[in-house]
Amino acid sequence: MEQISKSFKSNIRQYGMIIVMVVLVIFFYATTGGKFVKPMNVYNIIMQNGYVLVLAIGMLLPILIGTIDLSVGSVVAVIGSIAGIMMYRWGQPVWLTLIVCLLCGLIIGIWQGFWIAIVNLPPFIATLGGMLIFRGITLVLLKGKTLAPLPNSYVQISSGYIPDYISRITGRESSLNVTTMVVAVLLCILVLLGELRTRRQKLKYGFQASGIGTILFKVILISAAILLVSWRLALYKGIPFVLIIVGVLAVFYTFILNNTTIGRHIYALGGNARAAELSGIKIRNVRYGIFINMAFMSAAAGIVFSSRLNSASPLAGQNFEMDAIASCYLGGASASGGIGTIMGALVGGLIMGILNNGMSLMGISSDVQQVVKGLVVIFAVASDILSKTRSSK
Amino acid sequence: MEKILLEMQSIIKDFPGVRALDNVNFQVREGEVHALVGENGAGKSTLMNILSGWYGFGTYEGKIIYDGKECEFHSLTDSEKVGIVIIHQELGLIPYLSIAENMFLGNETARKVGLLKIIDWNECHNKTIEMLNRVGLDENPETLIKDIGVGKQQMVEIAKAMAKNVRLLILDEPTASLNDQDSEHLLELIRGLKEKGVTCIIISHKLNEVEKIADAITIIRDGTTIETLYKGIDEFTQARVIKGMVGREMKDRYPKRVPKIGEVCFEVINWNVDHPLFEGKKIIENASFNIRKGEIVGFAGLMGSGRTELAMSVFGKAYGKNISGTIIKNGQEIVLDNISDAISKGIMYLTEDRKGSGLNAIDDIRHNITIANLQTISSRQVINQNEEIKVAEEYRDRLAIRSTGIWQTAGTLSGGNQQKVMLSRGLFANPDVLILDEPTRGIDVGSKYEIYSFMNKLVEEEKAVIFISSEMPELLGMCDRIFVLNDGHIIAELTGSEISQENIMEKILTDTRERSEHGTN
Repeated sequence: MEQISKSFKSNIRQYGMIIVMVVLVIFFYATTGGKFVKPMNVYNIIMQNGYVLVLAIGMLLPILIGTIDLSVGSVVAVIGSIAGIMMYRWGQPVWLTLIVCLLCGLIIGIWQGFWIAIVNLPPFIATLGGMLIFRGITLVLLKGKTLAPLPNSYVQISSGYIPDYISRITGRESSLNVTTMVVAVLLCILVLLGELRTRRQKLKYGFQASGIGTILFKVILISAAILLVSWRLALYKGIPFVLIIVGVLAVFYTFILNNTTIGRHIYALGGNARAAELSGIKIRNVRYGIFINMAFMSAAAGIVFSSRLNSASPLAGQNFEMDAIASCYLGGASASGGIGTIMGALVGGLIMGILNNGMSLMGISSDVQQVVKGLVVIFAVASDILSKTRSSK
Repeated sequence: MEKILLEMQSIIKDFPGVRALDNVNFQVREGEVHALVGENGAGKSTLMNILSGWYGFGTYEGKIIYDGKECEFHSLTDSEKVGIVIIHQELGLIPYLSIAENMFLGNETARKVGLLKIIDWNECHNKTIEMLNRVGLDENPETLIKDIGVGKQQMVEIAKAMAKNVRLLILDEPTASLNDQDSEHLLELIRGLKEKGVTCIIISHKLNEVEKIADAITIIRDGTTIETLYKGIDEFTQARVIKGMVGREMKDRYPKRVPKIGEVCFEVINWNVDHPLFEGKKIIENASFNIRKGEIVGFAGLMGSGRTELAMSVFGKAYGKNISGTIIKNGQEIVLDNISDAISKGIMYLTEDRKGSGLNAIDDIRHNITIANLQTISSRQVINQNEEIKVAEEYRDRLAIRSTGIWQTAGTLSGGNQQKVMLSRGLFANPDVLILDEPTRGIDVGSKYEIYSFMNKLVEEEKAVIFISSEMPELLGMCDRIFVLNDGHIIAELTGSEISQENIMEKILTDTRERSEHGTN
């Protein structure tokens, strides 16, 4: 019980943010006359925010060690331009383009990591330099022009979805995408099995585990969310590829951060770098790895984004780093490092996306949207700090 | 009877889940030095934080009567207005500002020009010199704080308090990080302040100092006042105070142990280390030492003698540059290029600086214990979290870490318990040679005893312990052998009856004198 209440307390901002998200959804549902939850719009929200969510997952790692990466938007642009040139100008196949783009991401990461981890440049400065450099290279590569269109199979990365195999096999026509619902139900079962397994192992160790009731409650809430979103998606095209990319990354990085030694090293480094070092953690390698990973994730986001734009644009990716950073902070990450979760970063990113989409549907102009988003970030983090100082005094 | 300057009546302070102070009564007479002693977590600092307004009026129950009037302090500024100034254990000085700038920080002599306040630096400097004179410190006001020693920094803090027209000065562990000489100087200064009519409350774990300087001693245990002893009226000895603090008589300050010493298991030969920033500046020169299984070996020396630097440079080159020398473990030469090498080869070092480079204060006890040896509880880099919980619970029990559970945030523990978490981390790394750097600094008598007992248990298991300490008595009480360091050299190795405080000091003084005569650095 102690553990549960503790984990609840430490995640209070995250739970708070989930509640905020639900409230926002209800609010926009009401103000847009239901337009907000129309299947097509739910689909759009996922498509519009896929790359931000990928970047938010990547950005959480530098934030966990108390730094940020400012070059993200420029890396997105430079990768987009490389993709554009390879396919549009040189006519290279899509698979080769993807490999080259991801490799370029790695190389960019090695370059930035070199300055940060080997030369000990503050990440803020190294990535500020990167931001200028890669934006400049983008402009040079594209000669200031936009390249469009890109091959159809490339565009599918962002706009593709899983076709309804099951309906096709059974031959029954249905407005509901059966495959989507089947996948959703399988997911729910997986969640349930996972929770039960955790409980069984806790009991095996003789620890107190949460009761079956608590677990069922939790699983029902999660399943309801999964089923609700899937149902909306099933009424439109089905599960978009982007959602699969984000989902896989989220699960993977959550596992890395929570269950592996490297994850523990990252949190320890963020909490107290010197202490981590004296505990035998090779903090240079950890920092190097984090910035390579960030650039790699930026490259992935660059692919998704240029595919969505169906073009390589010299202006792509501007301010993406700020969206990613804001998502992490909204989701409970601490600016001084050591605290934050992938789940939080995703919720933060979704709140920003929902605000964008909902306000657009309401017909609020984009300049006002900026102001609202800025205020939301400030209020969210301020309320967290205030509640913390109150509880510590 | 003297006038009562301060009276705190029936103070009750609750934190979520715990009652930190339960009906504390505390009286200070004008012009006296009043010591406040008690184990870590007994509530001394909480009480002083209430007095200084850090925990504002309304967050506690009870009355504060100061100078005959009932007071309601809402912030530090409120209490400073009536002349109560607190100097914390961690100094509140800014290293890259000058003495003068620090002295008048937030209290600048300034002339108002519209909305701006323009600082009159000449005036500031003059006043600074005046204040420095009053505490007997001869330094240029423009010297940066980082360039003077901790002892002098402490004096600047006091001078800063004087500039605020202090009547009641609260010193929280003022000598914790000072060497004997600087401590003596500081105590002298406190006596001087007393003559000038300043009343002092001093929180300290160094009972010998308390005995020397205090006019009255109030003992706090478990959040309540146990008793107040007055000089000249009550028995005023360390033994008496300890009895009050721990609630029983402590016959031995150091647990007994029958030495069972084996063969040499770790040896360092001709060790040389350069300063990490100034290459060519030797920090350790030609140092050689060894340690046997089942032995506690002490490193004695003054501040800056190179004890920490020697230990850390051996510990996988955690300190210094251009390191040369040989390390032999169990008869075989080993090379320790980085810290994880050192840990995996059975060497572990626990820092003297718990807060700065020891604990991850924002994470829980569990993670702090396991961080140096995650491999043991992982397979293929995936941590078995249940195993981790088991390990953490085990160490919490073994070292009696007083906490609400292994999920408690390490930063919220008292000093002694934080040290036990550090010790758990060290033990879980399963070293053959454990280097403890000032493991008892700033912790109470009871916790100290527990840590000593644990060291004894370790050497009984045939481990070797290197014990670095500035407190001579505990070195004498615990060590089988002592290496004396001075100015980066190991100048003596003392065993058995040679080990005495006089002998160690004499070796250091002779060495210092010889060095200055020969003009070597």
